[in-house]
Amino acid sequence: MSSVPRQQELIESLGAGLTPVRRLLPPWLRALGWLAVVAAIAAGLLLHFGAAPMLDRFAAVPERAWGFAGAVLTVVGAAWAALTLGVPGRSRAWAWLALPGVLLWIGASGFGCLRDWFAPAANIASASAPPARCLTFIVLVSIPLSALMLWLLRRACPLRPVLTAILMGLASAAAAAVLLAIFHPYDAAATDLLIHGLAVAIVVVANAVLGNRLLSPR
Amino acid sequence: MHDDTASGSDDADRQRRAWMAAAQSGDRRAYERVLADSVALIRNVARRRGVPADALDDVVQETLITVDRVRRTYDPSRSYDAWLAAIAERRAIDALRSHGRRSRREIQDELALEQHPDRDDASAESERAQHAQRLQAAVAGLPPRQREAVEQLGLRERTLAEAAAETGSTAGALKVNLHRALKSLRERLHGGS
Repeated sequence: MSSVPRQQELIESLGAGLTPVRRLLPPWLRALGWLAVVAAIAAGLLLHFGAAPMLDRFAAVPERAWGFAGAVLTVVGAAWAALTLGVPGRSRAWAWLALPGVLLWIGASGFGCLRDWFAPAANIASASAPPARCLTFIVLVSIPLSALMLWLLRRACPLRPVLTAILMGLASAAAAAVLLAIFHPYDAAATDLLIHGLAVAIVVVANAVLGNRLLSPR
Repeated sequence: MHDDTASGSDDADRQRRAWMAAAQSGDRRAYERVLADSVALIRNVARRRGVPADALDDVVQETLITVDRVRRTYDPSRSYDAWLAAIAERRAIDALRSHGRRSRREIQDELALEQHPDRDDASAESERAQHAQRLQAAVAGLPPRQREAVEQLGLRERTLAEAAAETGSTAGALKVNLHRALKSLRERLHGGS
């Protein structure tokens, strides 16, 4: 077969061009690096605004605390899953890692919203933070976080670019929502929830579209 | 049915893991061995995916080039075969897609053949000129390294060693670039029509 010498030639030329490479760090370690950046920003915000207002809001409406925990879980799960899927040969099932966090996040926020609907007593004035501002915050903060994750992923080889990009968007959007929750006195009203949902959706879709192009194996 | 082959392929996988780990630290012999060993595996994956026989070699070549590019992502504590199969599968899907595009184009070509003017027709000359122009434009649109490889190896018919000396890049890099260039030219010319 004529293909055998051709392949042999290619193998020899790849061998001739071989240089030692530094192995990629394990996905969990790279996820930890990305999470450390998010944690550093969160620490900065907590230092500036203090933890007390946030904890007061959680005490007033426990669903907020659950929603916050869900968002944090989403950040960790989605970031870990995205970076794991960046390595060839890892199971697609890793994507499910993001699900528990997402369910808790959406569930608790939705529940809070419903309760607010029937007993709108626990409102903390949200007039100081118009809804458009939280949308802008989530979208703007997601951009550098997605860019950092994109850089980490492009150094790997994501063979399922769309799924990986969606997880990347989810991790970034959830991280932005967590950062927002530290200082933003939002209530669980339907408009607020809708705006958050819209912001997260924008980030995830933008990531899926752009990330798919930027992550596709060349 | 799998028992014997499974333990056999486990041993083989262990061997390939060791070779690839050595290749990551720059061992050329281990690298060529693991690549040569990979060919059959890649063909199997591609065949299972439904890649036609005449496209199997392309999948093998593309997979080997990808393996070379992303070899840093291999973790020797995990299966080499699973890592390779995932890459081969991706390349097989890519090949099926481009094969689909090409066969659609070939159907149109039959029509084109019927309507094709005689060789001596005056328009044939201008058509040939147009083809040449399109090819030229496609070559000009390639990334600089690939264009250089096509010009040196394809158009000026230099040997690999001469081209390598002239461009200052390695023979391996030149070949990889030529391969990539031909692939994107094929796609551009076939896809663009």
